[in-house]
Amino acid sequence: MKVLVTVKRVIDYNVKVRVLADHSDVDLKNVKMAMNPFCEIAVEQAIRLKEAGVASEVIVASVGPSAAQEQLRTALAMGADRAILVETDEKLESLTVAKTLAKICESEQPGLVLMGKQSIDTDNNQTGQMLAALIGAAQGTFISEMRVSAEEVEVTREVDGGLQTLALRLPAVLTADLRLNEPRYAKLPDIMKAKKKPLEIKTPADLGVEVKANTRVLKVVPPAERQAGIKVSSVAELVDKLKNEAKVI
Amino acid sequence: MATLLICEHDNQSLKAATYAAVTAALALGAEVDLLVAGEGCAAVATQAAQIAGVRKVYLAEAAAYAQGLAENLTPLVLDLATDYSHLLAPATTQGKNLMPRVAALLDVGQVSEIVAIESPTQFVRPVYAGNALASVESLDPVKVITVRTTAFDAAPASGGNAEVASLTQVHDAGISRFVKEERAQSDRPELTAARVVLAGGRGMGNKEHFALLEALADKLGAAIGATRAAVDAGFVANDTQIGQTGKIIAPELYIGVGISGAIQHVAGIKDSKVIVAINKDEDAPIFQVADYGLVADLNEALPELAKAL
Ligand SMILES: Cc1cc2nc3c(=O)[nH]c(=O)nc-3n(C[C@H](O)[C@H](O)[C@H](O)COP(=O)(O)OP(=O)(O)OC[C@H]3O[C@@H](n4cnc5c(N)ncnc54)[C@H](O)[C@@H]3O)c2cc1C
Ligand SMILES: Nc1ncnc2c1ncn2[C@@H]1O[C@H](COP(=O)(O)O)[C@@H](O)[C@H]1O
Repeated sequence: MKVLVTVKRVIDYNVKVRVLADHSDVDLKNVKMAMNPFCEIAVEQAIRLKEAGVASEVIVASVGPSAAQEQLRTALAMGADRAILVETDEKLESLTVAKTLAKICESEQPGLVLMGKQSIDTDNNQTGQMLAALIGAAQGTFISEMRVSAEEVEVTREVDGGLQTLALRLPAVLTADLRLNEPRYAKLPDIMKAKKKPLEIKTPADLGVEVKANTRVLKVVPPAERQAGIKVSSVAELVDKLKNEAKVI
Repeated sequence: MATLLICEHDNQSLKAATYAAVTAALALGAEVDLLVAGEGCAAVATQAAQIAGVRKVYLAEAAAYAQGLAENLTPLVLDLATDYSHLLAPATTQGKNLMPRVAALLDVGQVSEIVAIESPTQFVRPVYAGNALASVESLDPVKVITVRTTAFDAAPASGGNAEVASLTQVHDAGISRFVKEERAQSDRPELTAARVVLAGGRGMGNKEHFALLEALADKLGAAIGATRAAVDAGFVANDTQIGQTGKIIAPELYIGVGISGAIQHVAGIKDSKVIVAINKDEDAPIFQVADYGLVADLNEALPELAKAL
């Protein structure tokens, strides 16, 4: 069974973003970029499936700028077999990404698609669900565990009230939550090897996908800053402040 | 033009998230209808019909809808969608799971986790872990939206008298099946709706120390929350994680204990009215957002606090 993993190039999770003075967007100039952490978890899971003999091939795909090759190479260094970049400099929204990935699914016919649950830049949490809809597949979102059998995959999902287990018919689209695994670091020899692994570059037009805007961003503003308050010197003072100043207890 | 809101419930009663989402739905300015889909959930529809301002409640009962499987609910929502300009759901794990599937099949985008409504086509939503707020205009003929429920007040539970209309069609896609559920058992209030939240981080050190928080929570009628690090370490259950990729809370009082204040955690707490931080490191970033900071070892501070309350 082939496994398709999707990876997105995003701002590194340690960077504290700033809004541009003209409120057009956040400042992305010269900031460190990285693989979306949830995608790293998805890549790790796919590689484990290959190591367990469940997956025959792990294909990683990204839709985005040429520089996303860096993140695809990282995934190859972690252990994926080959990569596909659908290259475009246009601003991408989830529906367009999902349509592009659906085209890749059409040609590659993966038995499983592993994705992140959420991009940490747009915080959308929707592309996996959209892809599942477009290819008519079952979806297992926010998963913390998975077990593949002949025709099904059983997933444990992190839901609001606890954990939910579902059985999904293959092919299925899964989105990884934080507890699914701890991604490995690629070792230097693997990074060297990854340079020789196949990385195919296409365009949305090659796949017959039109890059479409579903929304227009009117402005981006910083949130109301919270001011640091005071330090109290004892538990007694804290309780007094909460009772008599803040009046919350 | 009208709005359809997909209700969140457990087949017994409506979740608090639904009431907040109704307020957002009403703010769009058009008529608001609700969909209650589940199994044996007629009482939920009756409850929904009493929410002030609601025009109509659709009730769909079938085994296929019992656990809210997105594969089965999506075609049901699509059956109704033609009559609506806006489709809404609370941004709970249930709403987040369902709505993008609906949007994709309508060939429209989804505007995720809105925190304000500027017009029926313009919404505000946090991005980059809440470090920026984007005003976005939806260009789609149908707006599919999830609502951050802490950003809207709960709609009045009574005062309405909507008609309940039963839907008889059953969609069972047959590609997904419910196996089991482990509900975190707790008599405490729901994290996202609690007036007081006590949260513990990696600094709590172990599971047993969370018992100190439990004792405090009993006194304050508080919900217990945690950081990712505390959950990953196995101190507490997954569904207690607060933050960018966990739950967003906005209680009157948040007390964070042994928590450093990473941006991903702060993203989930910064709309709290009063933030208290207890940390032994006086330079911990959480003090930058705390109204009251106490530099102390939690092993001493927590028992003292329990005594003082
Ligand atoms: C993709 C991604 C998503 C994430 N999502 C979330 C999220 O949703 N929510 C979240 O919380 N995190 C999230 N994180 C993790 C986040 O970056 C931090 O790692 C995490 O919040 C740190 O948790 P902590 O404050 O408990 O631990 P630490 O950062 O280790 O802090 C522990 C603190 O405890 C204090 N301490 C230790 N002992 C004592 C004592 N005896 N008394 C008093 N104080 C003590 C220390 O001084 C320290 O400040 C995410 C990370 C990534 C990469
Ligand atoms: N441009 C993209 N290229 C590849 N994968 C993507 C892209 N955008 C989103 N994804 C995948 O979809 C997941 C959820 O993203 P989102 O819906 O944007 O929060 C991410 O973790 C990725 O795995």
